[in-house]
Amino acid sequence: MIEVEDVYFTYPSGVEALKGVSLTIRDGEFVAIMGENGAGKTTLVKHFNGLLKPTRGRVLVDGVETTKVSVATLARKVGFVFQNPDHQLFCETVDEEIAFALKNFGFNQDVIEKRVSWALNLLGLSQYRKTSPFMLSGGERKRVALASVLAWDPKILILDEPTIGQDYQQKEKLRQFILQMNAQEKTVVIVTHDVEFVAECNPRVLLMRGGKIVADGEARKVLTNPEVLEQASIVPPQIAQIFLNLSDLGFPRDVIDVYEAREVLLKAFRSQKQ
Amino acid sequence: MPWKALMAIIETKNLTYTYPGAAWPAIKEVSIKIEKGEFTLITGPSGCGKTTLCRCFNGLIPHFYQGELKGEITVAGLKVQEHPVYEMATHVGMVFQNPENQLFALSVEKDVAFGLENLGVPREEIRKRVDWALKLTDIYELRERTPTELSGGQQQRVAIASVLAMQPEVIVLDEPTSFLDPLGAKKIFEVIYELNKKLGITIVLVEHRLDLTAKYADHIIIMDGGRVVLEGEPHEVLSSEEARLIGVGIPKATRLYKMLKADGVKLGGKVPLSSEEMAEKIREALKSRD
Repeated sequence: MIEVEDVYFTYPSGVEALKGVSLTIRDGEFVAIMGENGAGKTTLVKHFNGLLKPTRGRVLVDGVETTKVSVATLARKVGFVFQNPDHQLFCETVDEEIAFALKNFGFNQDVIEKRVSWALNLLGLSQYRKTSPFMLSGGERKRVALASVLAWDPKILILDEPTIGQDYQQKEKLRQFILQMNAQEKTVVIVTHDVEFVAECNPRVLLMRGGKIVADGEARKVLTNPEVLEQASIVPPQIAQIFLNLSDLGFPRDVIDVYEAREVLLKAFRSQKQ
Repeated sequence: MPWKALMAIIETKNLTYTYPGAAWPAIKEVSIKIEKGEFTLITGPSGCGKTTLCRCFNGLIPHFYQGELKGEITVAGLKVQEHPVYEMATHVGMVFQNPENQLFALSVEKDVAFGLENLGVPREEIRKRVDWALKLTDIYELRERTPTELSGGQQQRVAIASVLAMQPEVIVLDEPTSFLDPLGAKKIFEVIYELNKKLGITIVLVEHRLDLTAKYADHIIIMDGGRVVLEGEPHEVLSSEEARLIGVGIPKATRLYKMLKADGVKLGGKVPLSSEEMAEKIREALKSRD
Protein backbone atom coordinates (compact mmCIF):
# COMPACT_ATOMS: atom_id res chain seq x y z
CA MET A 1 0.00 0.00 0.00
CA ILE A 2 1.15 3.54 -0.79
CA GLU A 3 -0.07 6.38 1.41
CA VAL A 4 0.62 9.97 0.48
CA GLU A 5 -0.24 12.46 3.20
CA ASP A 6 -0.49 16.14 2.28
CA VAL A 7 2.77 16.13 0.34
CA TYR A 8 4.47 19.31 -0.86
CA PHE A 9 7.65 19.23 -2.90
CA THR A 10 9.90 22.07 -4.02
CA TYR A 11 12.85 21.45 -6.35
CA PRO A 12 16.20 23.10 -5.44
CA SER A 13 15.56 25.55 -8.32
CA GLY A 14 12.58 26.88 -6.34
CA VAL A 15 9.87 25.34 -8.53
CA GLU A 16 7.05 24.01 -6.31
CA ALA A 17 6.00 20.83 -8.15
CA LEU A 18 3.58 19.34 -5.59
CA LYS A 19 1.18 21.48 -3.59
CA GLY A 20 -0.62 19.32 -1.07
CA VAL A 21 -1.24 15.87 -2.54
CA SER A 22 -3.02 13.18 -0.52
CA LEU A 23 -4.00 9.75 -1.78
CA THR A 24 -3.97 6.06 -0.98
CA ILE A 25 -3.17 3.31 -3.45
CA ARG A 26 -4.19 -0.13 -2.19
CA ASP A 27 -2.43 -3.41 -3.01
CA GLY A 28 -3.50 -4.80 -6.37
CA GLU A 29 -4.81 -1.50 -7.68
CA PHE A 30 -4.17 -0.27 -11.22
CA VAL A 31 -3.86 3.51 -11.30
CA ALA A 32 -3.22 5.83 -14.25
CA ILE A 33 -1.91 9.30 -13.43
CA MET A 34 -2.70 11.77 -16.20
CA GLY A 35 -2.50 15.51 -16.71
CA GLU A 36 -0.78 18.30 -18.57
CA ASN A 37 2.98 18.59 -19.06
CA GLY A 38 4.56 19.96 -15.90
CA ALA A 39 1.58 19.04 -13.68
CA GLY A 40 3.80 17.11 -11.25
CA LYS A 41 2.99 13.53 -12.33
CA THR A 42 6.57 12.28 -12.54
CA THR A 43 7.53 14.21 -9.39
CA LEU A 44 4.72 12.46 -7.53
CA VAL A 45 5.65 8.92 -8.59
CA LYS A 46 9.33 9.54 -7.81
CA HIS A 47 8.15 9.85 -4.20
CA PHE A 48 6.79 6.29 -4.30
CA ASN A 49 10.24 4.67 -4.43
CA GLY A 50 11.98 7.33 -2.35
CA LEU A 51 13.90 8.93 -5.25
CA LEU A 52 12.43 12.18 -3.99
CA LYS A 53 11.48 12.92 -0.37
CA PRO A 54 8.66 15.30 0.48
CA THR A 55 9.54 18.87 1.47
CA ARG A 56 6.46 18.68 3.71
CA GLY A 57 4.08 15.79 4.48
CA ARG A 58 4.85 12.04 4.35
CA VAL A 59 4.85 9.09 1.98
CA LEU A 60 4.48 5.57 3.41
CA VAL A 61 5.09 2.36 1.46
CA ASP A 62 3.60 -0.63 3.28
CA GLY A 63 3.48 1.48 6.42
CA VAL A 64 7.14 2.56 6.31
CA GLU A 65 8.02 6.19 5.76
CA THR A 66 10.23 6.66 2.68
CA THR A 67 12.61 8.92 4.60
CA LYS A 68 13.41 6.04 7.00
CA VAL A 69 14.77 3.58 4.39
CA SER A 70 17.25 3.75 1.51
CA VAL A 71 16.19 3.87 -2.12
CA ALA A 72 18.03 0.57 -2.61
CA THR A 73 15.84 -1.12 0.01
CA LEU A 74 12.68 0.35 -1.43
CA ALA A 75 13.70 -0.66 -4.97
CA ARG A 76 13.29 -4.36 -4.16
CA LYS A 77 9.64 -3.66 -3.49
CA VAL A 78 8.99 -0.75 -5.86
CA GLY A 79 10.19 -1.09 -9.46
CA PHE A 80 10.45 2.11 -11.46
CA VAL A 81 10.68 2.33 -15.26
CA PHE A 82 11.64 5.80 -16.46
CA GLN A 83 10.06 7.78 -19.27
CA ASN A 84 13.29 7.92 -21.25
CA PRO A 85 14.96 4.49 -21.47
CA ASP A 86 18.32 6.12 -22.23
CA HIS A 87 18.36 7.33 -18.62
CA GLN A 88 18.51 3.79 -17.34
CA LEU A 89 20.29 1.63 -19.93
CA PHE A 90 24.07 1.29 -19.83
CA CYS A 91 25.18 -2.34 -20.34
CA GLU A 92 26.79 -3.76 -23.46
CA THR A 93 24.14 -6.34 -24.22
CA VAL A 94 20.44 -6.66 -23.57
CA ASP A 95 20.78 -9.73 -21.37
CA GLU A 96 23.50 -8.11 -19.20
CA GLU A 97 21.21 -5.13 -18.81
CA ILE A 98 18.38 -7.29 -17.53
CA ALA A 99 20.65 -9.40 -15.30
CA PHE A 100 22.28 -6.36 -13.70
CA ALA A 101 19.77 -5.63 -10.95
CA LEU A 102 19.26 -9.35 -10.27
CA LYS A 103 23.01 -9.70 -9.59
CA ASN A 104 22.89 -6.67 -7.30
CA PHE A 105 20.02 -8.15 -5.34
CA GLY A 106 22.14 -11.31 -4.91
CA PHE A 107 20.02 -13.85 -6.79
CA ASN A 108 21.92 -17.01 -7.72
CA GLN A 109 23.01 -17.66 -11.31
CA ASP A 110 20.28 -20.24 -12.08
CA VAL A 111 17.52 -17.92 -10.98
CA ILE A 112 19.07 -15.00 -12.87
CA GLU A 113 19.16 -16.98 -16.11
CA LYS A 114 15.57 -18.08 -15.72
CA ARG A 115 14.29 -14.62 -14.91
CA VAL A 116 16.23 -12.99 -17.76
CA SER A 117 14.82 -15.48 -20.29
CA TRP A 118 11.33 -15.04 -18.87
CA ALA A 119 11.48 -11.23 -19.16
CA LEU A 120 12.99 -11.29 -22.67
CA ASN A 121 10.35 -13.68 -23.83
CA LEU A 122 7.51 -11.74 -22.25
CA LEU A 123 8.51 -8.53 -24.02
CA GLY A 124 9.39 -10.09 -27.37
CA LEU A 125 13.11 -9.34 -27.05
CA SER A 126 14.64 -12.83 -27.18
CA GLN A 127 16.25 -12.26 -30.59
CA TYR A 128 18.17 -9.26 -29.19
CA ARG A 129 19.73 -11.09 -26.21
CA LYS A 130 23.30 -10.37 -27.38
CA THR A 131 22.61 -7.02 -29.06
CA SER A 132 23.65 -3.68 -27.59
CA PRO A 133 20.59 -1.85 -26.23
CA PHE A 134 21.79 1.23 -28.11
CA MET A 135 21.41 -0.54 -31.47
CA LEU A 136 17.68 -1.00 -30.87
CA SER A 137 14.81 1.26 -31.89
CA GLY A 138 13.24 3.69 -29.42
CA GLY A 139 10.29 1.39 -28.78
CA GLU A 140 12.52 -1.63 -28.28
CA ARG A 141 14.83 0.20 -25.83
CA LYS A 142 11.74 1.12 -23.85
CA ARG A 143 10.88 -2.59 -23.60
CA VAL A 144 14.42 -3.48 -22.47
CA ALA A 145 14.09 -0.94 -19.65
CA LEU A 146 10.76 -2.51 -18.67
CA ALA A 147 12.18 -6.05 -18.85
CA SER A 148 15.10 -5.09 -16.60
CA VAL A 149 12.68 -4.03 -13.84
CA LEU A 150 10.11 -6.82 -14.30
CA ALA A 151 12.89 -9.37 -13.96
CA TRP A 152 13.19 -8.84 -10.20
CA ASP A 153 9.43 -9.12 -9.73
CA PRO A 154 8.71 -6.03 -7.64
CA LYS A 155 5.47 -5.90 -5.70
CA ILE A 156 4.70 -2.37 -6.88
CA LEU A 157 5.44 -1.36 -10.45
CA ILE A 158 5.68 2.26 -11.58
CA LEU A 159 5.79 2.91 -15.31
CA ASP A 160 6.42 6.44 -16.55
CA GLU A 161 4.91 6.72 -20.06
CA PRO A 162 5.10 2.99 -20.86
CA THR A 163 3.33 3.22 -24.23
CA ILE A 164 5.62 5.77 -25.93
CA GLY A 165 6.95 4.30 -29.18
CA GLN A 166 4.95 1.09 -28.71
CA ASP A 167 2.81 -0.26 -31.50
CA TYR A 168 -0.68 -1.62 -31.10
CA GLN A 169 0.38 -5.22 -30.48
CA GLN A 170 2.98 -4.23 -27.87
CA LYS A 171 0.39 -2.09 -26.12
CA GLU A 172 -2.04 -5.00 -26.10
CA LYS A 173 0.66 -7.21 -24.55
CA LEU A 174 1.42 -4.55 -21.96
CA ARG A 175 -2.29 -4.33 -21.10
CA GLN A 176 -2.55 -8.12 -20.72
CA PHE A 177 0.57 -8.10 -18.58
CA ILE A 178 -0.73 -5.36 -16.27
CA LEU A 179 -4.02 -7.25 -15.83
CA GLN A 180 -2.02 -10.35 -14.96
CA MET A 181 0.04 -8.39 -12.39
CA ASN A 182 -3.23 -7.13 -10.90
CA ALA A 183 -4.59 -10.66 -10.67
CA GLN A 184 -1.53 -11.49 -8.54
CA GLU A 185 -2.42 -8.63 -6.18
CA LYS A 186 0.42 -6.49 -7.48
CA THR A 187 0.08 -2.75 -7.75
CA VAL A 188 0.64 -0.97 -11.05
CA VAL A 189 0.91 2.80 -11.36
CA ILE A 190 1.34 4.31 -14.80
CA VAL A 191 1.96 7.92 -15.77
CA THR A 192 0.60 8.43 -19.24
CA HIS A 193 -0.79 10.76 -21.87
CA ASP A 194 -2.16 7.86 -23.88
CA VAL A 195 -5.93 8.26 -23.47
CA GLU A 196 -6.73 5.42 -25.86
CA PHE A 197 -4.61 3.00 -23.82
CA VAL A 198 -6.29 4.13 -20.61
CA ALA A 199 -9.72 3.78 -22.24
CA GLU A 200 -8.90 0.16 -23.10
CA CYS A 201 -7.70 -0.66 -19.59
CA ASN A 202 -10.31 1.24 -17.55
CA PRO A 203 -8.11 1.75 -14.45
CA ARG A 204 -8.59 4.24 -11.62
CA VAL A 205 -7.59 7.62 -13.06
CA LEU A 206 -5.96 10.48 -11.15
CA LEU A 207 -5.90 13.78 -13.01
CA MET A 208 -3.27 16.30 -11.98
CA ARG A 209 -2.95 19.97 -12.64
CA GLY A 210 -0.54 22.50 -11.16
CA GLY A 211 0.84 20.14 -8.51
CA LYS A 212 -2.58 19.03 -7.25
CA ILE A 213 -5.01 16.19 -7.90
CA VAL A 214 -8.12 17.58 -9.58
CA ALA A 215 -10.04 14.35 -10.26
CA ASP A 216 -9.91 10.78 -8.95
CA GLY A 217 -12.20 8.01 -10.19
CA GLU A 218 -12.99 5.28 -12.67
CA ALA A 219 -11.63 5.93 -16.19
CA ARG A 220 -15.12 5.78 -17.73
CA LYS A 221 -16.26 8.61 -15.46
CA VAL A 222 -13.16 10.81 -15.54
CA LEU A 223 -12.41 10.45 -19.27
CA THR A 224 -15.96 11.40 -20.25
CA ASN A 225 -16.07 14.64 -18.30
CA PRO A 226 -14.97 17.26 -20.86
CA GLU A 227 -14.76 20.16 -18.37
CA VAL A 228 -12.35 18.36 -16.03
CA LEU A 229 -10.34 16.95 -18.96
CA GLU A 230 -9.88 20.32 -20.59
CA GLN A 231 -8.43 21.67 -17.32
CA ALA A 232 -5.89 18.84 -17.32
CA SER A 233 -5.05 19.27 -21.02
CA ILE A 234 -6.50 15.88 -21.96
CA VAL A 235 -8.58 15.11 -25.05
CA PRO A 236 -11.34 12.49 -24.51
CA PRO A 237 -10.73 9.09 -26.16
CA GLN A 238 -12.24 8.70 -29.63
CA ILE A 239 -15.23 6.58 -28.52
CA ALA A 240 -16.03 9.08 -25.75
CA GLN A 241 -15.86 11.91 -28.32
CA ILE A 242 -18.43 10.10 -30.47
CA PHE A 243 -20.83 9.66 -27.55
CA LEU A 244 -20.34 13.22 -26.28
CA ASN A 245 -21.16 14.38 -29.79
CA LEU A 246 -24.35 12.26 -29.79
CA SER A 247 -25.50 13.07 -26.25
CA ASP A 248 -28.42 15.18 -27.57
CA LEU A 249 -29.90 11.97 -29.04
CA GLY A 250 -30.22 10.49 -25.56
CA PHE A 251 -27.19 8.19 -25.66
CA PRO A 252 -25.24 7.65 -22.43
CA ARG A 253 -22.25 9.95 -22.06
CA ASP A 254 -19.91 7.59 -20.25
CA VAL A 255 -18.93 5.11 -22.96
CA ILE A 256 -15.18 4.69 -23.64
CA ASP A 257 -14.95 1.08 -24.81
CA VAL A 258 -15.44 0.13 -28.47
CA TYR A 259 -17.34 -3.10 -27.65
CA GLU A 260 -19.69 -1.32 -25.29
CA ALA A 261 -20.21 1.37 -27.94
CA ARG A 262 -21.22 -1.32 -30.42
CA GLU A 263 -23.80 -2.79 -28.00
CA VAL A 264 -25.33 0.59 -27.23
CA LEU A 265 -25.58 1.56 -30.90
CA LEU A 266 -26.92 -1.83 -32.03
CA LYS A 267 -29.71 -1.52 -29.47
CA ALA A 268 -30.57 1.95 -30.79
CA PHE A 269 -30.62 0.78 -34.40
CA ARG A 270 -32.74 -2.28 -33.58
CA SER A 271 -35.32 -0.32 -31.61
CA GLN A 272 -35.61 2.08 -34.57
CA LYS A 273 -36.37 -0.79 -36.89
CA GLN A 274 -39.46 -1.91 -34.96
CA MET B 1 -6.32 12.58 -56.34
CA PRO B 2 -4.60 15.70 -57.70
CA TRP B 3 -1.25 14.86 -56.07
CA LYS B 4 -0.79 11.89 -58.37
CA ALA B 5 -0.01 14.30 -61.19
CA LEU B 6 2.48 16.34 -59.16
CA MET B 7 6.20 15.89 -58.86
CA ALA B 8 7.69 13.43 -56.40
CA ILE B 9 9.77 15.23 -53.77
CA ILE B 10 10.97 11.98 -52.20
CA GLU B 11 11.45 8.91 -54.33
CA THR B 12 13.17 5.64 -53.45
CA LYS B 13 13.76 2.58 -55.61
CA ASN B 14 14.68 -0.76 -54.05
CA LEU B 15 16.27 1.01 -51.09
CA THR B 16 17.98 -1.46 -48.76
CA TYR B 17 20.10 -0.46 -45.79
CA THR B 18 22.12 -2.40 -43.22
CA TYR B 19 23.57 -0.69 -40.11
CA PRO B 20 27.32 -1.28 -39.53
CA GLY B 21 27.78 -4.67 -37.86
CA ALA B 22 24.09 -5.60 -38.10
CA ALA B 23 23.23 -9.13 -39.21
CA TRP B 24 20.29 -8.18 -41.40
CA PRO B 25 19.04 -5.04 -43.21
CA ALA B 26 16.86 -2.59 -41.30
CA ILE B 27 14.96 -1.67 -44.47
CA LYS B 28 14.53 -3.93 -47.49
CA GLU B 29 13.78 -2.96 -51.10
CA VAL B 30 11.71 0.06 -50.20
CA SER B 31 10.21 1.76 -53.26
CA ILE B 32 8.04 4.75 -52.43
CA LYS B 33 7.02 8.06 -53.94
CA ILE B 34 6.03 11.05 -51.83
CA GLU B 35 4.58 13.94 -53.82
CA LYS B 36 5.31 17.59 -53.18
CA GLY B 37 2.81 19.12 -50.76
CA GLU B 38 1.55 15.78 -49.49
CA PHE B 39 0.91 14.87 -45.85
CA THR B 40 2.27 11.34 -45.49
CA LEU B 41 1.91 9.15 -42.44
CA ILE B 42 4.37 6.29 -41.93
CA THR B 43 3.39 3.65 -39.40
CA GLY B 44 4.05 0.02 -38.52
CA PRO B 45 5.10 -2.18 -35.59
CA SER B 46 7.96 -1.03 -33.36
CA GLY B 47 11.30 -1.92 -34.98
CA CYS B 48 9.79 -2.10 -38.50
CA GLY B 49 12.27 0.36 -40.02
CA LYS B 50 10.26 3.62 -39.91
CA THR B 51 12.96 5.66 -38.19
CA THR B 52 15.67 4.14 -40.39
CA LEU B 53 13.79 5.14 -43.54
CA CYS B 54 13.44 8.72 -42.24
CA ARG B 55 17.19 8.89 -41.58
CA CYS B 56 17.69 8.29 -45.31
CA PHE B 57 15.59 11.31 -46.25
CA ASN B 58 18.11 13.89 -45.04
CA GLY B 59 21.25 11.84 -45.65
CA LEU B 60 22.00 10.87 -42.02
CA ILE B 61 22.03 7.47 -43.70
CA PRO B 62 24.54 6.85 -45.29
CA HIS B 63 26.71 9.91 -44.40
CA PHE B 64 26.54 9.78 -40.59
CA TYR B 65 25.52 6.19 -39.82
CA GLN B 66 27.62 4.65 -42.64
CA GLY B 67 26.72 0.97 -43.11
CA GLU B 68 25.60 -0.32 -46.48
CA LEU B 69 22.99 1.54 -48.57
CA LYS B 70 21.80 -0.02 -51.82
CA GLY B 71 19.23 1.20 -54.31
CA GLU B 72 18.23 4.73 -55.28
CA ILE B 73 16.97 7.68 -53.25
CA THR B 74 16.25 11.19 -54.53
CA VAL B 75 15.02 13.98 -52.27
CA ALA B 76 14.14 17.44 -53.61
CA GLY B 77 15.83 16.49 -56.86
CA LEU B 78 19.11 15.53 -55.15
CA LYS B 79 20.62 12.05 -55.03
CA VAL B 80 21.11 11.65 -51.28
CA GLN B 81 24.28 9.56 -51.57
CA GLU B 82 26.01 12.38 -53.45
CA HIS B 83 25.09 15.35 -51.23
CA PRO B 84 26.29 15.97 -47.66
CA VAL B 85 23.91 16.22 -44.69
CA TYR B 86 24.32 20.01 -44.33
CA GLU B 87 23.12 20.45 -47.90
CA MET B 88 20.21 18.00 -47.52
CA ALA B 89 19.28 19.77 -44.25
CA THR B 90 18.35 22.96 -46.11
CA HIS B 91 15.67 20.94 -47.94
CA VAL B 92 14.62 18.47 -45.26
CA GLY B 93 14.03 19.36 -41.60
CA MET B 94 14.01 16.52 -39.06
CA VAL B 95 12.30 16.35 -35.68
CA PHE B 96 13.52 13.31 -33.78
CA GLN B 97 11.77 10.99 -31.37
CA ASN B 98 13.93 12.04 -28.45
CA PRO B 99 14.20 15.85 -28.27
CA GLU B 100 17.24 15.69 -25.96
CA ASN B 101 19.25 14.41 -28.91
CA GLN B 102 18.84 17.61 -30.86
CA LEU B 103 18.87 20.43 -28.30
CA PHE B 104 22.17 21.86 -27.08
CA ALA B 105 22.12 25.69 -26.87
CA LEU B 106 21.96 27.71 -23.66
CA SER B 107 18.61 29.26 -24.47
CA VAL B 108 15.54 28.15 -26.38
CA GLU B 109 15.86 31.17 -28.66
CA LYS B 110 19.48 30.35 -29.55
CA ASP B 111 18.55 26.76 -30.29
CA VAL B 112 15.83 27.85 -32.68
CA ALA B 113 18.14 30.41 -34.33
CA PHE B 114 21.10 28.02 -34.70
CA GLY B 115 20.25 26.53 -38.10
CA LEU B 116 19.53 29.94 -39.61
CA GLU B 117 22.78 31.42 -38.28
CA ASN B 118 24.69 28.57 -39.89
CA LEU B 119 23.08 29.31 -43.23
CA GLY B 120 24.06 32.99 -42.96
CA VAL B 121 20.50 34.31 -43.00
CA PRO B 122 20.39 38.10 -42.28
CA ARG B 123 19.90 39.06 -38.62
CA GLU B 124 16.53 40.72 -39.06
CA GLU B 125 15.17 37.73 -40.96
CA ILE B 126 16.45 35.39 -38.22
CA ARG B 127 14.69 37.48 -35.55
CA LYS B 128 11.45 37.38 -37.52
CA ARG B 129 11.49 33.67 -38.27
CA VAL B 130 12.53 32.67 -34.72
CA ASP B 131 9.68 34.69 -33.20
CA TRP B 132 7.26 33.24 -35.75
CA ALA B 133 8.32 29.66 -34.97
CA LEU B 134 8.27 30.25 -31.19
CA LYS B 135 4.76 31.67 -31.35
CA LEU B 136 3.41 28.95 -33.63
CA THR B 137 4.60 26.28 -31.21
CA ASP B 138 3.39 28.25 -28.19
CA ILE B 139 6.78 28.56 -26.45
CA TYR B 140 7.45 32.28 -26.94
CA GLU B 141 7.36 32.73 -23.14
CA LEU B 142 10.08 30.11 -22.72
CA ARG B 143 12.52 31.75 -25.16
CA GLU B 144 15.11 32.68 -22.52
CA ARG B 145 14.98 29.36 -20.64
CA THR B 146 17.60 26.62 -20.97
CA PRO B 147 16.26 23.72 -23.09
CA THR B 148 17.73 21.08 -20.75
CA GLU B 149 15.64 22.41 -17.85
CA LEU B 150 12.37 22.10 -19.71
CA SER B 151 9.93 19.19 -19.50
CA GLY B 152 9.97 16.51 -22.22
CA GLY B 153 6.90 18.02 -23.85
CA GLN B 154 8.32 21.54 -23.87
CA GLN B 155 11.58 20.24 -25.35
CA GLN B 156 9.61 18.61 -28.13
CA ARG B 157 8.10 21.98 -29.00
CA VAL B 158 11.56 23.56 -29.09
CA ALA B 159 12.78 20.85 -31.46
CA ILE B 160 9.80 21.45 -33.74
CA ALA B 161 10.28 25.25 -33.62
CA SER B 162 13.95 24.99 -34.60
CA VAL B 163 13.00 22.98 -37.68
CA LEU B 164 10.06 25.27 -38.53
CA ALA B 165 12.32 28.33 -38.45
CA MET B 166 14.34 26.85 -41.32
CA GLN B 167 11.18 26.68 -43.47
CA PRO B 168 12.38 23.61 -45.36
CA GLU B 169 10.45 22.07 -48.26
CA VAL B 170 10.01 18.81 -46.37
CA ILE B 171 9.59 18.31 -42.63
CA VAL B 172 10.07 14.79 -41.29
CA LEU B 173 8.73 14.23 -37.77
CA ASP B 174 9.46 10.99 -35.93
CA GLU B 175 6.80 10.64 -33.20
CA PRO B 176 7.15 14.34 -32.45
CA THR B 177 4.56 14.53 -29.69
CA SER B 178 5.19 11.35 -27.72
CA PHE B 179 6.04 13.34 -24.55
CA LEU B 180 3.24 15.89 -24.96
CA ASP B 181 -0.09 15.85 -23.17
CA PRO B 182 -3.01 15.06 -25.52
CA LEU B 183 -4.19 18.66 -25.90
CA GLY B 184 -0.60 19.78 -26.52
CA ALA B 185 -0.19 16.97 -29.07
CA LYS B 186 -3.41 17.94 -30.82
CA LYS B 187 -2.22 21.55 -31.05
CA ILE B 188 1.10 20.48 -32.57
CA PHE B 189 -0.63 18.25 -35.13
CA GLU B 190 -2.88 21.18 -36.05
CA VAL B 191 0.18 23.42 -36.48
CA ILE B 192 1.80 20.80 -38.71
CA TYR B 193 -1.40 20.41 -40.72
CA GLU B 194 -1.58 24.17 -41.20
CA LEU B 195 2.03 24.34 -42.41
CA ASN B 196 1.11 21.67 -44.89
CA LYS B 197 -2.09 23.29 -46.11
CA LYS B 198 -1.08 26.98 -46.02
CA LEU B 199 2.62 26.91 -46.84
CA GLY B 200 2.54 23.73 -48.91
CA ILE B 201 5.39 22.16 -46.90
CA THR B 202 5.57 18.41 -47.53
CA ILE B 203 5.05 16.54 -44.25
CA VAL B 204 6.27 13.05 -43.40
CA LEU B 205 4.99 12.01 -40.00
CA VAL B 206 5.95 8.79 -38.23
CA GLU B 207 3.25 7.83 -35.72
CA HIS B 208 1.66 4.88 -33.95
CA ARG B 209 -1.31 6.84 -32.67
CA LEU B 210 -3.53 6.87 -35.71
CA ASP B 211 -6.56 7.95 -33.63
CA LEU B 212 -4.89 11.34 -33.39
CA THR B 213 -3.32 11.67 -36.82
CA ALA B 214 -4.97 9.61 -39.57
CA LYS B 215 -7.48 12.35 -40.37
CA TYR B 216 -4.72 14.77 -41.45
CA ALA B 217 -3.02 12.45 -43.93
CA ASP B 218 -3.36 12.24 -47.73
CA HIS B 219 -1.14 9.20 -47.95
CA ILE B 220 -0.27 6.40 -45.56
CA ILE B 221 2.64 3.97 -45.70
CA ILE B 222 2.59 0.88 -43.47
CA MET B 223 5.89 -0.92 -42.87
CA ASP B 224 6.56 -4.32 -41.34
CA GLY B 225 9.88 -6.14 -41.01
CA GLY B 226 11.76 -3.46 -42.98
CA ARG B 227 9.42 -3.55 -45.97
CA VAL B 228 6.54 -1.41 -47.17
CA VAL B 229 3.54 -3.73 -46.90
CA LEU B 230 0.58 -1.40 -47.53
CA GLU B 231 0.33 2.01 -49.08
CA GLY B 232 -2.32 4.40 -50.36
CA GLU B 233 -5.21 6.62 -49.36
CA PRO B 234 -5.77 6.42 -45.55
CA HIS B 235 -9.52 5.63 -45.57
CA GLU B 236 -8.93 2.70 -47.91
CA VAL B 237 -5.75 1.41 -46.29
CA LEU B 238 -6.99 1.62 -42.71
CA SER B 239 -10.28 -0.13 -43.46
CA SER B 240 -8.53 -3.04 -45.16
CA GLU B 241 -8.33 -6.47 -43.55
CA GLU B 242 -4.54 -6.47 -44.13
CA ALA B 243 -4.04 -3.39 -41.93
CA ARG B 244 -5.89 -5.08 -39.09
CA LEU B 245 -3.84 -8.25 -39.45
CA ILE B 246 -0.52 -6.39 -39.36
CA GLY B 247 -1.70 -5.00 -36.03
CA VAL B 248 -1.48 -1.27 -36.66
CA GLY B 249 -3.59 0.79 -34.27
CA ILE B 250 -6.68 1.32 -36.42
CA PRO B 251 -8.59 4.39 -35.11
CA LYS B 252 -11.46 3.41 -32.77
CA ALA B 253 -13.97 5.28 -34.97
CA THR B 254 -12.91 3.10 -37.93
CA ARG B 255 -13.12 -0.09 -35.86
CA LEU B 256 -16.56 0.78 -34.53
CA TYR B 257 -17.76 1.50 -38.09
CA LYS B 258 -16.49 -1.84 -39.35
CA MET B 259 -18.02 -3.75 -36.42
CA LEU B 260 -21.43 -2.16 -36.95
CA LYS B 261 -21.26 -2.82 -40.70
CA ALA B 262 -20.49 -6.47 -39.98
CA ASP B 263 -23.53 -6.53 -37.69
CA GLY B 264 -25.67 -5.44 -40.64
CA VAL B 265 -26.14 -1.76 -39.73
CA LYS B 266 -26.35 0.40 -42.85
CA LEU B 267 -23.88 3.26 -42.59
CA GLY B 268 -23.28 5.35 -45.67
CA GLY B 269 -20.28 6.83 -47.43
CA LYS B 270 -16.56 6.61 -46.78
CA VAL B 271 -15.03 4.79 -43.84
CA PRO B 272 -14.57 7.32 -40.97
CA LEU B 273 -11.15 8.07 -39.44
CA SER B 274 -12.24 10.64 -36.83
CA SER B 275 -14.92 10.81 -34.14
CA GLU B 276 -16.66 13.71 -35.94
CA GLU B 277 -17.01 11.66 -39.14
CA MET B 278 -18.31 8.66 -37.20
CA ALA B 279 -20.83 10.65 -35.14
CA GLU B 280 -22.16 12.22 -38.35
CA LYS B 281 -22.69 8.80 -39.93
CA ILE B 282 -24.56 7.51 -36.89
CA ARG B 283 -26.79 10.59 -36.91
CA GLU B 284 -27.59 10.12 -40.62
CA ALA B 285 -28.30 6.43 -40.21
CA LEU B 286 -30.66 7.05 -37.27
CA LYS B 287 -32.43 9.81 -39.16
CA SER B 288 -32.95 7.79 -42.33
CA ARG B 289 -34.80 5.17 -40.32
CA ASP B 290 -37.30 7.58 -38.83
